[in-house]
Amino acid sequence: MNTTSSRQNSMTPGSPQKQTPASSLPSGSYFKRIVSGFISLLRGMGLTVTYLTDPRTVVTQQYPENRATLLMTPRFRACLTMVRDETGAHCCTACGLCEKACPNGTISVLTMKDLSGRKMLGKYVYRLLQCTFCNLCVETCPFGAIVMGQNYELAAYDRDALVLTLHSEEDEPHA
Amino acid sequence: MELPAGFTYRPIQNGATDEYFLNMGPQHPSTHGVLRLVLRLDGENIIEIVPHLGYVHRGIEKMGENQTYLQNIHLTDRLDYLSAYSNNLALCLAIEEALEIGVPERGEYLRVMICELQRIQSHLLWWGVLGMDMGAVTSFLYGFKEREPITDIFEELCGARLTMNFFRPGGSAFDAPETFLPRVREVISSIRKAVDEFHTLLTHNVIFQERTKGIGVLSREKALAYGCSGAVLRGSGVDYDVRKNQPYSLYDQFDFSVPTGTTGDCFDRYLVRLEEMLQATNILEQAVRRFPGGPHRSKVKAQYKLPAGSYWSQVESARGLFGVYVVADGSAKPYRIKYRSPSFSNLQVLSELVIGHKIADLVAIIATLDLVIPDIDR
Repeated sequence: MNTTSSRQNSMTPGSPQKQTPASSLPSGSYFKRIVSGFISLLRGMGLTVTYLTDPRTVVTQQYPENRATLLMTPRFRACLTMVRDETGAHCCTACGLCEKACPNGTISVLTMKDLSGRKMLGKYVYRLLQCTFCNLCVETCPFGAIVMGQNYELAAYDRDALVLTLHSEEDEPHA
Repeated sequence: MELPAGFTYRPIQNGATDEYFLNMGPQHPSTHGVLRLVLRLDGENIIEIVPHLGYVHRGIEKMGENQTYLQNIHLTDRLDYLSAYSNNLALCLAIEEALEIGVPERGEYLRVMICELQRIQSHLLWWGVLGMDMGAVTSFLYGFKEREPITDIFEELCGARLTMNFFRPGGSAFDAPETFLPRVREVISSIRKAVDEFHTLLTHNVIFQERTKGIGVLSREKALAYGCSGAVLRGSGVDYDVRKNQPYSLYDQFDFSVPTGTTGDCFDRYLVRLEEMLQATNILEQAVRRFPGGPHRSKVKAQYKLPAGSYWSQVESARGLFGVYVVADGSAKPYRIKYRSPSFSNLQVLSELVIGHKIADLVAIIATLDLVIPDIDR
């Protein structure tokens, strides 16, 4: 290894002084090589035993038992959801920018007219099957009407269950 | 004997040995995805090898012609999924070059730090998988244990752990959260400790050394002739790194060295990658110290329409030189978009490296080439 780094020494033992591939293998007699080989194996085993016995090294999360305490980060990107205020109303104006921004045709915004003839949201179809969670729809929305939700358990037994309509509250996705 | 397509060596006449053909993959775990290798074997010795590609071909380049430049960024995630950020960056650099978009200083620092974190993350996964390919399941678990905090940083930063779709022309989609710098500091110290552990576990392991030293020797000339890049090229002693030789973003302002090997065998490629992780922590340390405030993205455009012409940009991803060639016709979508993926060129040397080795050595060689199959097939 040729490196001008100051950290070069951290990778020295057994590695950089080699000229030919064979020369840096444990040298010496047959039995000496067996012994030095065993020592190298024991050092590695020592490390694994440390990890096995030291409780501070435990990193495993007990999913799904820890569902209640498992919190996703605020920016976590999962199933698309509509932002609702306390009355349950959304602020989607059916402008269709998210539909255009989507690379996969995941979103269909179907409009209808209210009694005064103004355009409003009729049906917001979200095809979870096609979604790549790229977040472009959320970034494009000028009203902040949609967010990538926190619900990450999205498996279903039926394909139809993964075509969601987001505009009506009872159709909101839930695991 | 009639040879299948792709094989060039003449069959041995007079029936001196019993040659046979064996399919390795596409479902073989040590081919890292769906790479199918057709081996021509004499006993356990490899005489010839032909890789068959296309099992995860998704037509991303063709797909890209029907998507806007902004939508194309999310497709680059899916080439080399372990260096999604670098791929995002390459496309963004091409768009920025075409439209002359500047990036604020904080945005540039964020780019450098994220790309280096990703390089470490990718090498950690490679290290774990390398050990497992050679029959040591322990290293797989240890590699993933170290990888997890970095993935958590990514999740907190942009909400995704693998396909991030994070960089945008002129900066990035999100600013760094408040917890970003402390967590990066933690990662720096934990990675330095981890690399020492990796040396104890695998580098000094006599079985591992016997299986990698002198195996798959790639000469300097061959590496250059085949267009290898990344650790495969540097392992053969060629001092080439896009970050040093054609600096992009802010890499010319950071002090780091490019490790190179001497013999070009599996062990050299292994050491180069481990040293690269340490060099990445050096870059991160400098970046954390100088991380500036201010905006993370320059003014957002409603639509990115590249003027007619062709644009090339290249970055050093975790696997090597990743390039994007865009031919624009002035509309919001590219006329043609071509990705130069490092894994594709690195795969081509495989047929040279394995001749005369055993099947078990082939596994070691594939592992140290660090191939990502979706990057090859696109």
